[in-house]
Amino acid sequence: MLVQVEPLIPALRRYARALLRDRVAADDLVQDCLERAVSHWHQRRDGSVRAWLFSILHNLAVTQFRQATARGRHMPIDDAGERELVSAAAQEHRLIYQDVLKKLARLPEEQRAVLLLVAVEDLSYADAAGVLKIPVGTVMSRLSRARERLLQEMEGVAPGNVVALRGVK
Amino acid sequence: MNRRPITEDDLHAYVDQALEPERRAEVASYLDDHQDVAARVAAFATQREELRGAFASIADEPLPAELNLSHIIESRRRSPMRAWWAIAAMLLLGIGGLGGWTMRGVLQEGSNGLSALAQEAAYSYGVYAPDRVRPVEIRASDSAELTRWVSNRLKQPVKVPDLSVSGYRLMGGRLVATSHGPAAMFMYDDDHGDRLVVLTRPMSNRNLDTPMMPQSTGDVAGFVWADGGMGYTLVGQLPGDTLKPIANEIRKQTRPI
Repeated sequence: MLVQVEPLIPALRRYARALLRDRVAADDLVQDCLERAVSHWHQRRDGSVRAWLFSILHNLAVTQFRQATARGRHMPIDDAGERELVSAAAQEHRLIYQDVLKKLARLPEEQRAVLLLVAVEDLSYADAAGVLKIPVGTVMSRLSRARERLLQEMEGVAPGNVVALRGVK
Repeated sequence: MNRRPITEDDLHAYVDQALEPERRAEVASYLDDHQDVAARVAAFATQREELRGAFASIADEPLPAELNLSHIIESRRRSPMRAWWAIAAMLLLGIGGLGGWTMRGVLQEGSNGLSALAQEAAYSYGVYAPDRVRPVEIRASDSAELTRWVSNRLKQPVKVPDLSVSGYRLMGGRLVATSHGPAAMFMYDDDHGDRLVVLTRPMSNRNLDTPMMPQSTGDVAGFVWADGGMGYTLVGQLPGDTLKPIANEIRKQTRPI
């Protein structure tokens, strides 16, 4: 189990930090995830360990979001999160990265999760569907909406001007 | 051209490099002919690279100590042992109150108590669970015969717990010798070949009821309890919090009504 799980911890940290935008909270979440993985290792089904771990992590994050919302707390949407996220990034790209993260933060939660799992964490569409407990078709439409919206934000294009093969809205 | 039409999904799969080579080539040739779509796909690809770049440094950070997986596994393994030592320490120090009260059954039972049963289960696990040839004497396919046999020898009706809800199948069982007479042993396994052992026998105190207690002998851990004078124990090489719900399930099924 050590051999299968350990190499995935950096990716789990990355996804947790991208969702929570807070280093300490994200690492706490990953620790929780690893403890669950250790104690439930024998109950996992066959299939990708990576997808299984992301499922556990995502469920924990969703639970935490719900609790935070119930307590009336909101996730920060200021620039502090982006600055912290890219503090270690190469200097010449820092502004670009901060910009894309700021725009990412404006996406609805569900679109952000799909984009992160697919584009950053390299999960297959089927695995992402499993993690989010939605059909693959929904993954595709959320991915499409997320990319379209991010593009509009980045280019300042009005929604009507976008060339699309299929209605996205 | 009788090519399949290019869909929005194909464009995203193209960006995510998730297409088969043949389809990828078809999408590429479509993009050659449709510059507006190609520009959009290129923008998606840039976006993807920027996102990956923005998050890349997080994965390169050294892991903090609390995310060290070996530590997490180690502390899980130790926890059943710690609980058992805590109980032992409580008994030795004679700490009274509710703790002492709930432990009275064990004290009164002396060497015939739950700790003896726990020990017997660990020994049985050590001998039979690693056995690949004949871990059980009567197989699950003859479970009616198994039930009859052990009930007869233990001089009371014994119910074989069904652990399928926990993902474990009955392999079968056998009678094992203990210093307190015969005990019935049932063995289970799951899809990964992990084995669990349930050991049950009458306690010398025929009215003994106790809370469920963690136990640990070497790397075999589990839970032990008594209901209506019958002692039960579940052991395996799994962490305590994986075994606990299974032990609860067994207790639910075997508890006298």
